[in-house]
Amino acid sequence: MTTALAPLILTAAAGGGDDLWSRMFSFANYGELLQLVQNSVIAGAVLGIVGGLIGVFVMQRDMAFAVHGISELSFAGAAAALLLGVNVVAGSLVGSLIAAVIIGVLGSKARDRNSIIGVLMPFGLGLGILFLALYQGRTANKFGLLTGQIVSVDDPQLIWLIVISIVVLLGLGIMWRPLSFDSLDADVASARGVPTRAVSLTFMLLLGLMVAVSVQIIGALLVLALLVTPAAAAMRVSASPILVPILSMLFGFVSAVGGILLALGGSLPISPYITTISFAIYLVCRLIEARRTKTRSFRPSGETVAVAA
Amino acid sequence: MTAAPGAPAAEHEHGHPGAPVLSLRGARLGFGGRTLWDDLSLDVCRGEFLAVLGPNGSGKSSLLRTILGQQELTAGEINFGGEPVRRGDRRIGYIPQQKMIPAGTPMRARDLVALGVNGHRFGLPLPRRGERERVDELLESVGATHFANAPVGTLSGGEQQRLRVGQALAGDPDLLLCDEPLLSLDLNHQREVSELIDRRRRSHGTPVVFVTHDVNPVLGMVDRILYLAGGRFREGTPDEVLRSDVLSDLYQTPVEVFRSHGRIVVMGLPDTHDHHPHNETPEAS
Ligand SMILES: Nc1ncnc2c1ncn2[C@@H]1O[C@H](COP(=O)(O)OP(=O)(O)OP(=O)(O)O)[C@@H](O)[C@H]1O
Ligand SMILES: [Mg+2]
Repeated sequence: MTTALAPLILTAAAGGGDDLWSRMFSFANYGELLQLVQNSVIAGAVLGIVGGLIGVFVMQRDMAFAVHGISELSFAGAAAALLLGVNVVAGSLVGSLIAAVIIGVLGSKARDRNSIIGVLMPFGLGLGILFLALYQGRTANKFGLLTGQIVSVDDPQLIWLIVISIVVLLGLGIMWRPLSFDSLDADVASARGVPTRAVSLTFMLLLGLMVAVSVQIIGALLVLALLVTPAAAAMRVSASPILVPILSMLFGFVSAVGGILLALGGSLPISPYITTISFAIYLVCRLIEARRTKTRSFRPSGETVAVAA
Repeated sequence: MTAAPGAPAAEHEHGHPGAPVLSLRGARLGFGGRTLWDDLSLDVCRGEFLAVLGPNGSGKSSLLRTILGQQELTAGEINFGGEPVRRGDRRIGYIPQQKMIPAGTPMRARDLVALGVNGHRFGLPLPRRGERERVDELLESVGATHFANAPVGTLSGGEQQRLRVGQALAGDPDLLLCDEPLLSLDLNHQREVSELIDRRRRSHGTPVVFVTHDVNPVLGMVDRILYLAGGRFREGTPDEVLRSDVLSDLYQTPVEVFRSHGRIVVMGLPDTHDHHPHNETPEAS
């Protein structure tokens, strides 16, 4: 499929003229293209939804930086796999999980964690660049790991992505309450019998899995657009523990699938479309929040009067 | 692991019959070469209010962590309900130091209290019968009904702290541990929160161990005081401990205790930093 699609996109771009617009958006042969990238669309949908969900905990646990750090090591793993000619998803998983475990074990305190990530991240990126420089294959593969790729999702890869996403989904569902408790206040959670160390380490592993699959679609540099932005947007407009995850999954879905569908016609990588959509959603949510805080109160209106009196 | 000889703690009568809920025998806690407290024997009985006082770094929070089973004693033993303490014992309610919950946290007041009811439970977060009513009841009992649906991040420090009391009461605890729960609250909120805790003690007989660096907000409730300082401690009623001679002896430097209008003021406390050198940084001592 990969090889079949590449020339198609190239001709579409060439045939559409050289102007910027048609390079960004071109919907000639759209139906045909859509069939060819069916896998990518499914992958995007799954990633958007599960990424949006895990993002809620990423935000609550203040781990956006950790996501970035894990994704750079995931990139290094994928680049190594590319160089060695083994499964790239597997390489990316290994890199991710190593990073997740290191950060989870050494960085239980936020401050430690940030410094560990700050040290790990450039190391991972550097390793990745080294492996890519040594790699003699197609340059599209190289670039795809950093900035995402649309045409590379074949059937076995899709199955990987779906299985991993289901594992993450189940893991989060089962740990939901202890994980929320631990995210809010680890000391009290531990006093209440939550095995906080096991819970946070498991969360790091799930996060590692999720980052590794996201890297395949959106690229190591832009993983945050799927794992952080949707949740950050949702948290702007709601504080309900039910509505926030639902909105976040919806935003992730719209960003990922919308981005892929828009990118399809043009000859550009898919990531800018995804990141732009998720950023736009975030902006809209901020606007809604700003308008609302002027008018909304969560208490009976009498109360402020009573206190002031 | 033998109890220190000659240290029977419950020598004096507190008017609280029954076996102690919490008891320490010859307990010592140290880190590296430094001892926070040693030979500490103490009984806390039903309905008792024990205030734990002391300068920064004297080991107050560490004492609570040992009771919570999160920190091993260096020597001695510590029993809760007649058995050695264990980690994650849900019969102990814990109210941590007041720290603000960040705005934007996807949780409403009622969700914070609900974590006390079901936050330890694994499995899909499906509601169970009776849980909602229980949460409403708890919100009511800490006077939080009118902001039950407000996002926790938008609440004031005092309101958040009331919710933490509700959360701690959710498990119907046999012992309440409070670590500086009044910190950074204004006087009104200090009174409100400490009265909530005291109300539980009087209605259910739940003993309270209350760490604070200002005893005044709880002076009317305190039965006994444990004063930690410089690796040593004094224990007794407020009148026995909060005296110039006792504290001077404890701090080993002249300290004056004044009482005025029912408040207690301690003057001349040494700079605590000089008294608590860290072993890791010898130059600091
Ligand atoms: N796990 C540990 N390892 C080494 N030292 C520790 C550990 N836990 C606590 N300490 C040290 O023990 C001392 C007492 O700490 P603790 O938190 O109990 O003090 P505290 O009385 O609660 O002080 P504060 O009033 O500042 O809260 C501190 O100097 C701290 O550095
Ligand atoms: Mg403390």
